[in-house]
Amino acid sequence: MSARRIFTRPARIAVLAPYLWMALFFLVPFGFVVKISLSQTAIAQPPYLPVFDLAAGWSAIKAAFVALSLDNFRLLVSDNLYVLSCLRSVIVASVSTAILLAIGYPIAYGMARLPKSWQPLAMMLVIVPFWTSFLIRIYAWINILQHDGLLNKILLALHVVAAPVVWLSTDTAMFVGIVYSYLPFMILPLYATLAKLQPSLLEAAADLGASPRRAFWLVTFPLSLPGVGAGVLLCFIPIVGEFVIPDLLAGSDSIMIGQTLWLEFFTNRDWPVASALAVVLLALLLLPLLIYERLQRRQLEGAQ
Amino acid sequence: MAEDIANSGTLPDSVDTRLPPKDAPLLRIDAVEKRFGGFVAVDELSLEIRTGEFFALLGPSGCGKTTLLRMLAGFESPDRGRILLNGQDIAAVLPHQRPVNMMFQNYALFPHLSVAGNIAFGLKRAGLPGAEIADRVAEMVALVKLEGLEKRRPDQLSGGQQQRVALARALARRPQLLLLDEPLAALDKKLRESTQLELMALQRRLGTTFVIVTHDQEEAMTMADRIGVMESGRLEQVATPRQLYEAPVSRWVAEFVGDINIFEGTVEARDGGRLTIATRDAGAIVAAAPRQPGETTRICVAIRPEKVRLSRRGPVADAVEIGAINRLEGVVTDVSYLGGLTGYTVKLDDGALVRASMANIARLDIDSYAAGQRVVAWFSPDDCVVLER
Repeated sequence: MSARRIFTRPARIAVLAPYLWMALFFLVPFGFVVKISLSQTAIAQPPYLPVFDLAAGWSAIKAAFVALSLDNFRLLVSDNLYVLSCLRSVIVASVSTAILLAIGYPIAYGMARLPKSWQPLAMMLVIVPFWTSFLIRIYAWINILQHDGLLNKILLALHVVAAPVVWLSTDTAMFVGIVYSYLPFMILPLYATLAKLQPSLLEAAADLGASPRRAFWLVTFPLSLPGVGAGVLLCFIPIVGEFVIPDLLAGSDSIMIGQTLWLEFFTNRDWPVASALAVVLLALLLLPLLIYERLQRRQLEGAQ
Repeated sequence: MAEDIANSGTLPDSVDTRLPPKDAPLLRIDAVEKRFGGFVAVDELSLEIRTGEFFALLGPSGCGKTTLLRMLAGFESPDRGRILLNGQDIAAVLPHQRPVNMMFQNYALFPHLSVAGNIAFGLKRAGLPGAEIADRVAEMVALVKLEGLEKRRPDQLSGGQQQRVALARALARRPQLLLLDEPLAALDKKLRESTQLELMALQRRLGTTFVIVTHDQEEAMTMADRIGVMESGRLEQVATPRQLYEAPVSRWVAEFVGDINIFEGTVEARDGGRLTIATRDAGAIVAAAPRQPGETTRICVAIRPEKVRLSRRGPVADAVEIGAINRLEGVVTDVSYLGGLTGYTVKLDDGALVRASMANIARLDIDSYAAGQRVVAWFSPDDCVVLER
């Protein structure tokens, strides 16, 4: 009985709040998107058919339901453009995430090993770039990478290259921009798990005959896997849907799914196909989330 | 030097039976010093530990005992001095290459590995073949009585079970020297006492040399063959539990180990083996002179509470006259019944407070005193310890 009294009525309502939020601002809008993805393009306002006409009564809604079709999804599979941009998105996100992990892990590890009094400062340094607008930072990169930009000037001055190198509008530029922008999302969760690691565990590993390198792979790394998982998801998912960075820094010969989506919505005004693409993108991103969630649950069960 | 004084003839010969035969020391700590900034954690400390010995480093927190242990494990390196294991300087040997294992205070079990995985960790690093590792793990699991729990993760175990895993993991590599850092501090009292006995039995069976760090003097006295009492980075005394208790070399040790009454005074007369000491607040006390009498006359007399006896009338006056007994009169102010013992506090007519504890050898209340009762507190000069002030 006493256990029940802990959860007073306001507390029980508070538990509902996140679900309500999700329903209102995610599920309902997503319902619209799904509905549009099952409609047909039309030169109209809004630019798709059929539209539910609630005023026309039940039979009209039923008729509208019957008119829904999967044509848009069939189009996505049949046209190379969509499959390729999906594929490119996944590849770009995978490569970027791998680079982010390779750069972010040593930084987070170093931060966690700093004297306690220095750690807040290191954390600030990671976060401070975020105080500047994201767009301004990307434009700054355009400035640095362009033909007569800072990078080429430095390379020329150091005689590393004889002529200016083309950086802008290449995949390299895009990866630089993505890695730069997402690095804090990789570092912070990694740092959080690494900072929690008990130093005595490494001493125990050394005591039991593990060299520092082996101790890292046998103790530190396995225990930081939750942080690795969180960092990878936090980077991978938004990078798949990334639109601004590839649009501004990469070339235009191959595009990512976010850019395709933008094109369909605003250039082609094909809302149904764009919506179908959005649904596919979400399904694509749900997959790694579900796997992570499952792994975490198994870990929790193992701990009990 | 500390041992010489403690070995004076006032103690029974049986004291030395717990010591293993004297042979070459397994471990020699030679004038080791360690500083952290300006703080001297270990101050020119020298110590020898013999093969097969159960040695306890006892001291209050911050006395440097853990630092010393960590230097033995290799986690800290001495600023000066040498640490010799089997005659070889191990200063340059990294922790993972030392034939020494440590049991950590918080156990430091690997949370992502099972019980068996934790125990096998050190064996795998040693490159043993898989079949041998499996055998050794099974042997260790049986040794610490954890059969059936091999597949559990550390956080699925109770505190006592975790402690056993930590012990098994540290013993699995069959170290020459096992270091234990406050191994029982996290256990509750009952479990701690039974574990102490198990640890002793285990140590005798395996013959491994144990060095344990503890702040709990009862724990050190129960388990150890010899105890090194540390204070401010120095070893105050190295002795068997009995020597430590009955023949402390300094006032600090006397007060740190067990309960004791201390009377400050000056030496008034020396008569053969007897000193007559005029104390500030307990009258004249006769005490056995120490083997090596000090220069100073300003000293203190120490007597353990259980060696002070109370009675209504006191022993015969003749004995007092010839200095065979000390006789102090006063009033009982405090009585605390502890089951096996009863503790009394007596306020002497001269002002000092004397604590006495008497064993409750009979179930019936025939030999107890009440607060406010006049009593005589008496004790033998041989039970007194004379210490420099």
